Amino acid sequence: MDKTDTSSQDSDWLYEIKAEKPLFDFNFKEIWRYRDLLILFVKRDIVTVYKQTVLGPLWFLIQPLFTSVIFTLVFNNVANIQTGTVPSFLFNLAGITAWTYFKECLTGTSGTFTKNAGIFGKVYFPRVIMPMSVTISNLLKLAIQLSIFTGFYIYFVASGKPISPNTNLFLFPVYVFIMGATGLGLGMILSAMTTKYRDFTVLIGFGVQLLMYISAVPFPMTEILEKKPEYFWVFKYNPLAQIIEGFRYMTLDTGLFTWWGFFYALGFSIVVFFVGLAIFNRTEKSFIDTV
Amino acid sequence: MKDNIILTAQNISKQYRLGVVGTGTLSHDLNRWWASVRGKDDPYLKVGAENDRSKKAETDYVWALRDINFDVHDGDVLGIIGKNGAGKSTLLKILSRVTSPTTGSIKTKGRIASLLEVGTGFHPELTGRENIYLNGAILGMTKAEIKVKEEEIIDFSGCAMYIDTPVKRYSSGMRVRLAFAVAAHLEPDILVVDEVLAVGDAEFQKKAIGKMKDISGNDGRTVLFVSHNMAAVKSLCTRGIVLENGKIAFEGGTDECVDYYLKMGNEKGAEYQRFFKESEFEGKDFRIYSIGVKAKGKKFGDPILRDDHLEIMVNYYKSNNYDFNISLRFKDEQGNFLFVVSPDFIITDTDIKNIIVLNVPNYFFNQGSFFVDLQITSKKKLINRFEDIINFTVIQEHVKLGGWMGKTVGPLKPRFSWEQYES
Repeated sequence: MDKTDTSSQDSDWLYEIKAEKPLFDFNFKEIWRYRDLLILFVKRDIVTVYKQTVLGPLWFLIQPLFTSVIFTLVFNNVANIQTGTVPSFLFNLAGITAWTYFKECLTGTSGTFTKNAGIFGKVYFPRVIMPMSVTISNLLKLAIQLSIFTGFYIYFVASGKPISPNTNLFLFPVYVFIMGATGLGLGMILSAMTTKYRDFTVLIGFGVQLLMYISAVPFPMTEILEKKPEYFWVFKYNPLAQIIEGFRYMTLDTGLFTWWGFFYALGFSIVVFFVGLAIFNRTEKSFIDTV
Repeated sequence: MKDNIILTAQNISKQYRLGVVGTGTLSHDLNRWWASVRGKDDPYLKVGAENDRSKKAETDYVWALRDINFDVHDGDVLGIIGKNGAGKSTLLKILSRVTSPTTGSIKTKGRIASLLEVGTGFHPELTGRENIYLNGAILGMTKAEIKVKEEEIIDFSGCAMYIDTPVKRYSSGMRVRLAFAVAAHLEPDILVVDEVLAVGDAEFQKKAIGKMKDISGNDGRTVLFVSHNMAAVKSLCTRGIVLENGKIAFEGGTDECVDYYLKMGNEKGAEYQRFFKESEFEGKDFRIYSIGVKAKGKKFGDPILRDDHLEIMVNYYKSNNYDFNISLRFKDEQGNFLFVVSPDFIITDTDIKNIIVLNVPNYFFNQGSFFVDLQITSKKKLINRFEDIINFTVIQEHVKLGGWMGKTVGPLKPRFSWEQYES
């Protein structure tokens, strides 16, 4: 441990605990010092999910697969929603994979303060490590789920289905960033709110469910444009619908894509991320008194 | 080295809101926000009652801490003592950055790590070894630092056999041992310790205290130690702070602090001496002036240690030819009767004020509080009984470092002699 500078003059304090805190107190140096903790939290999140299970990490795959099967059955076969030349199953799998990442980031981070009150109430470490670890561990889950998506993709191509990605695929990392940042930002805002008003935990529970439907996950946006054009604005101005549609557009070359929608979603995610970070910072200093 | 200030607290105050969070809080939040928009001070900072649980609250806000100032020098072992609710834990929470003060600031030159209720962040599904890494990282160690100490930690915890078993299968004692082992191998510049001695069995306590001594003594590290265990405070700390109702009531050497703390308790709790009113014995042939208990060679109200001889004195008067006797009934904290004693001699006829003394040998009472009833009998008939007329607290004698500091069972703990023969 470095004890080198403790002997020098009065002015060089290591840090100060104060009542006030700047709006953006993002101490990279400190977070870097706690990088091992971040890694261990990610590991914990991944590993503990399948401890004492038989199927283990397979569960990460079963979830999106089964949901896609049900969606195909309900929306495409029963409700007769058309997905063009793209196989409905693959269409749903794409939407669900993207949506799951956003949803897990949102719900995972929204409980940061309430779920970890026990630890936070006793030890200090940069609180932002918690939501960061959630986002990273979800990134790993996304990778696993993308691999199964790719597997089915190859299968459908091999069986002669006319599907191919388009040039937008180079935007893939940007889309992942948008989804993560939006989920993390909204999650941090909600986590701060829930510390004082538990109303929000109830809201998140069913809100996320409803949000999925107005984010065009189980159907293409064109479907709305054809059948209910007067409600199209809901989807147009919903950044999540833009993300999901854009994700399907680049991987399956289907759906509506506009650069306006892309930059709208990107801008939204950046704003939400910084607003979330600021609110999170404000909350972390004394949330333990209200949680 | 001693004059080097490593941590300084200036005007630390902490305000808490009483009651529950509901619509009322929302309106206060809005008021606060409105005040800040107009550039005014928080309107609720002006109100707030003193932190005294016995009084009924008049406002919705309470000051858990108020204007705390102190400095800690490099290498100090600072004992923070105070009754329950005096603000010790709040102060520790602020020091360990778990919550921030309402006003004031703390500046520090070293990294602070706390042992507030060890074992936080243990994940039940992870194995002991995995939890060592996770817990160590939560407490601020890097992976490399933990790796170096891994074997030492496992050794210290005494859980080597179970180290690759999920922690959920551990007994609560094992969990605590493992957690303390991790925490004890931290190497922060300032260590905050809160009541860790309350856990574990005798053998483990001995280890823990020994480790604490190593940390503070040999390594010369700065330690802030919060405890109710005066024996531990006395043997570990170099300086002390006594908190009372959220304020610093006393600051100074450890012995003075402990004495102050014990006397503070006496003012409200223990009653070492009781004077009777004349009216209580009107028309009787005898009179009790006072009854009191103290350690031999000390004053009334001084703390009574286990190694003190005890004296209980009764000042009385009786008229000639009146035949009377007294007896003292001892009870423990829960009101269980322990024993009754009365003089085995006849109280002689004198017409002047008299004093009668009961001597209790040292090492007789265990640490704890005791209540005494005074009974007056005459011709084998009970004349008067004064229940709980005095009460006193016996505290543990100074224990050598590494010794057992907890409380053994039972209200009495006499020292008997033992012998061994060959049969």
